[in-house]
Amino acid sequence: MCLAIPACVEQLTAQNHAIVNLSGVRKEISLALVEDIVPGDYVIVHVGFALQKLDPLEAERTLAMFAEISALDNNLL
Amino acid sequence: MKYIDEFRAGALAQQIAAKIASEASPGRDYHFMEFCGGHTHAISRFGIVDLLPGNVHMIHGPGCPVCVLPIGRVENAIHLAQMPGLILCSYGDMLRIPTANGMSLLKAKAQGADIRMVYSSADAIKIAQENPQRQVVFFAIGFETTTPPTAVAIQQAQALRLNNFTVFCNHVLTPSAISHILQSPEVREFGLVPLDGFIGPAHVSVVIGSQPYEYFAEEFQKPVVIAGFEPLDVMQAILMLIRQINAGYAKVENEFTRAVSREGNRKAQSLVAEVFELRRTFEWRGLGWVPYSALKIKSSYADFDAEQRFRISTTSIADNKACECGAILRGVKRPQDCKIFGTVCTPENPVGSCMVSSEGACAAHYSYGRFRENNHVAAQEN
Repeated sequence: MCLAIPACVEQLTAQNHAIVNLSGVRKEISLALVEDIVPGDYVIVHVGFALQKLDPLEAERTLAMFAEISALDNNLL
Repeated sequence: MKYIDEFRAGALAQQIAAKIASEASPGRDYHFMEFCGGHTHAISRFGIVDLLPGNVHMIHGPGCPVCVLPIGRVENAIHLAQMPGLILCSYGDMLRIPTANGMSLLKAKAQGADIRMVYSSADAIKIAQENPQRQVVFFAIGFETTTPPTAVAIQQAQALRLNNFTVFCNHVLTPSAISHILQSPEVREFGLVPLDGFIGPAHVSVVIGSQPYEYFAEEFQKPVVIAGFEPLDVMQAILMLIRQINAGYAKVENEFTRAVSREGNRKAQSLVAEVFELRRTFEWRGLGWVPYSALKIKSSYADFDAEQRFRISTTSIADNKACECGAILRGVKRPQDCKIFGTVCTPENPVGSCMVSSEGACAAHYSYGRFRENNHVAAQEN
């Protein structure tokens, strides 16, 4: 039920809907629960609705945090 | 795929695992409950348990909406579906849940009931528009993640003046379930689960934010780390929980900052507040009657409430005696502790709800973990 997935917004369509692309699979979803979405944004899609826009900066920060752990361990070796 | 693959890097998972092993104090045990079925699924699917030291224990919580819906409500839905001329729309994973007499929505469908599997509440609206002569009921279930889309559908039905569309509302709330686990009197019946901290839900928190969990951290002194559903997210959250416990504090931390803020999705929250109100009490499978733990449709939207239109009565049906879903949902027992696990009860022919949804603890263990268990035993015997 809660297995929502991040997908890229490809184009905005009528009535506050959008076409999202997930590795080639295109699907129309509702943007009724989010604001200020533009093509190129990544959104979390759940039961046909975008629940939230993904923050690319925060995603990078989280990945950087993982990379830091990795670098730290490599230095120790 | 972007935002998925980079959070699944195996080498990094090994590094975080090494960090966990070095920081987990060998002199004590750590018991963490992952509340969410999405995390249960990730932990089983990616073999995270194998990357953890023996003293770090993951306990599956009740966070699968399919698993916690009591049989009585499924029975209600079957009765609705069997009403002449009615179309029942349901998310797919509800269809195979068996009721007390072995009936399910899928069997009712085979016997002629018009049950449509929908991907979205919007599909149910479309079906109502296409069938103006028939009553269309949307069987709404789920936590805070699935509730806003139901609210949108109800408002849409009102705007479209659909007089043949209603919602059978079964939406439940995460924070009240967590507090129930921590303080309910039924703990005596199932036994006490030692819990040192929680991995907080990913997508539920996208909607409600991290703020509602602050109460648990303060009141019960249990650390909560909100984590995404990818394996690196879960590993990192476990490391963050261990660090909190080692340092002797309990607060809410957010690993899933790319999607979760403290406030959550305000637009979704206000929509839910507009359409729904709290129920005084609601029955959960495994947790019993939990006060203020579910939502009902506000009287201003009563025209769209299936419980009002079809006078649905409260039916309470006990689980199959052999089924341990209740104890498993509370984290007191593991799927492999259930006598019928993997023999009588399988994903193809589930007896209990934990085996139905892919996020259920039993289905996750059946799909990804049951042979690992056997291999461990064999290795020890050799």
